[in-house]
Amino acid sequence: MRKGLSWFNTTSIVLGFTFLYLPIVLLVIYSFNASRLVTVWAGFSVEWYWKLFQNQQLLDAAWVTLRVAFLSASVATVLGTLAAIALTRYGRFGGRMLFSGMVYAPLVMPEVITGLSLLLLFVAVNFDRGFWTITLAHITFTMCFVSVVVQSRLVTFDRSLEEAALDLGCRPMKTFFVVTLPIILPAVVSGWMLAFTLSLDDLVIASFTTGPGATTLPMRIYSQVRLGVTPEINAACTILIAIVTVVVVVASIITKRQEVERQKAERLAAAG
Amino acid sequence: MAAKAPGRWMVVAVPYLWLLVLFLVPFLIVFKISLSQDAIAQPPYEPVFDLAAGWDAFKEAFSQLSFENYSYVLSWDNEFIEAYGSSLWIAGISTLLLLIVGYPIAYGMARAPKSIRPTLLMLVILPFWTSFLIRVYAWIGILSPEGLLNQLLFALGLIDEPLQILATDTAVYIGIVYSYLPFMILPLYSALEKMDETLLEAAADLGCPPIAAFWKITWPLSLPGVLAGCLLCFIPAVGEFVIPDLLGGSDTLMIGKVLWTEFSVNRSWTVSSAVAVLLLLVLVVPIVFYQNVQAKEMEGR
Repeated sequence: MRKGLSWFNTTSIVLGFTFLYLPIVLLVIYSFNASRLVTVWAGFSVEWYWKLFQNQQLLDAAWVTLRVAFLSASVATVLGTLAAIALTRYGRFGGRMLFSGMVYAPLVMPEVITGLSLLLLFVAVNFDRGFWTITLAHITFTMCFVSVVVQSRLVTFDRSLEEAALDLGCRPMKTFFVVTLPIILPAVVSGWMLAFTLSLDDLVIASFTTGPGATTLPMRIYSQVRLGVTPEINAACTILIAIVTVVVVVASIITKRQEVERQKAERLAAAG
Repeated sequence: MAAKAPGRWMVVAVPYLWLLVLFLVPFLIVFKISLSQDAIAQPPYEPVFDLAAGWDAFKEAFSQLSFENYSYVLSWDNEFIEAYGSSLWIAGISTLLLLIVGYPIAYGMARAPKSIRPTLLMLVILPFWTSFLIRVYAWIGILSPEGLLNQLLFALGLIDEPLQILATDTAVYIGIVYSYLPFMILPLYSALEKMDETLLEAAADLGCPPIAAFWKITWPLSLPGVLAGCLLCFIPAVGEFVIPDLLGGSDTLMIGKVLWTEFSVNRSWTVSSAVAVLLLLVLVVPIVFYQNVQAKEMEGR
C-alpha cells in the first residue's frame, strides 16, 4: 500500500480511539477530584471513594447486581451453548425458522419492548417480582448473545475431529465433553463474560422486571445521575471500569495462551 | 453430532422452550393487553381471562377487547405518531453518522499490520464491555454548559458564552454515535479484513487511481458488513430510552422514552402495550432482514 493511505489509516485509528476513550478517561480523572463541582479541578483526592464505601444503598445494589449477573450468565451460557449447537449441528428440524428467529431477534430488540413484555408475563402468571424475575429476564436476553459467540466458533471448527471420535465408538455425549467442549471453551468463556457484563450493565429491562427490594446498581446510578453529575458516581463508575478492564485483559491473555498451545499441539500431532 | 442419542432432542428442546415461554409468549400477552382497558385493580387492566370461571365468562371477557388504545395512539392529537417519526429520523441520521465515523476506523484497523490487529480489536471491544450507562453519563460532564467542552472552547477563545449542547438533539446524536460505535466497527472490520488485498494491487497496476479503486472494489466487497453494522445500530437506536432521557432535552421526542413515560409516569399499561406493538410493527421488516443476515453469516447456509 502506498504511503498516503497509511497516513490516512493512522489518523483515522488515532482519532477513532481518542473519541472512544477520552470520555472514559475524563470520567476516571474527575473521580479523583477534590471538589464537589465535577467540572472544576481542585486537586487530587480519594475522598469520594471513601464516601462510596459508606453508602450502604449503593453497596446493597452492587451485591444484588453481582448475584443476578453471576446466576443469569451461568444459566444463559448453558442455554446459549445448547442453542448454538442446535443451530449449527442439527441441520433441519421442525420449527427451526421460529427458533433461529427467537435466537437472533433479542440481539436487536429495543430493550423497552423486551422489558415491558417480560413484566406483563410475570404479572399475568402472578410471579412475585424481584431478584428472580430480573434473573429470568437477563437469562433470556443474554443467552442469545452467548449463542452467537459460541456459534461463530462452532462454524469455523474442524468437524472431522468429532466425526473421528464418533467413528471410533465414542458416545455423542462423551464426544461433546471430550472433543467439542475443550475446543469451543474459549468461546463459551467469552460468552459467559459477555452475558455477565450485559447483565451487570442492564438498566431498562431490570427496571421493568424488578419489584420491591431488588434494586440493581444501574438503577441506583441512574436515579442519582438524573439529579446531576456527582463525584461519587464517577468513583463508582471508575471501580466498575477497572474491574471490567482487568477481567477482559486477563481473559484475553489466557485465551491467547491457550490458542498458542493448542496450535502447537495440533502441529505436533500433524508431524507425528 | 450423531443422530438418535437419547439426549439429542433435549439440546433443541430446552433453549426452544425457554425462548417460547420467555420471549414469544410475552409478546402475545403484550398484544392482548394492548386490546384491554386500564383499570384500578390488580393487575391494572381489564378484562382478565380466567379459564376457571367457565366458557361464558371467557366469551364475556373476549368481547371486552377493543382497538381503543390503537386509535388513541394513532390519533394526530397525541404525540405518538410524531414520536415514531422522529425516532426513525434520529436513528437513521445516527446510523449514517456511525457509518461515516466507523468506516475509516474499521478500514484503518483492517489495513494495520497483522501483529497489532488483535490488540486494536480488543481496544474497540473494551469500551463496549464497560457500562453503557457509564458511557452515556460521561458525556453529561463533557457537554453541560459548565462542562469540559465549553471550558476548552472558552479557554481557546472560540466562544464568549457557553454552547447549549446538553439537552438538545445534537447531544442525542453524539450519545448514540458514541455508544453504538463498536457495533458498527466490528461487522465492518470483519468484512474488510476478509478482503483480498491483491485485488487492489491489480487495480493499481492497471492504472486505477486509489479513490476509484475504493469505490469499485473495496466498498462493494464491504457491503455485507455495512448492512450488518447499520441494522445492528439502527434497530435498537429507534427504541432507545436511556440516551434521549439523559442527554436529550424535553422536546426530544423518541418513542422509547414515550413508552417509558406512558408506563412509569402515566401508569397506563394498556397504552404502553399498544405503543410497543406498533413499534414492533415498524421494526419488523428490519428485524427479519437482520435475522436473515445473521443466519447466513452464522450458519453458512
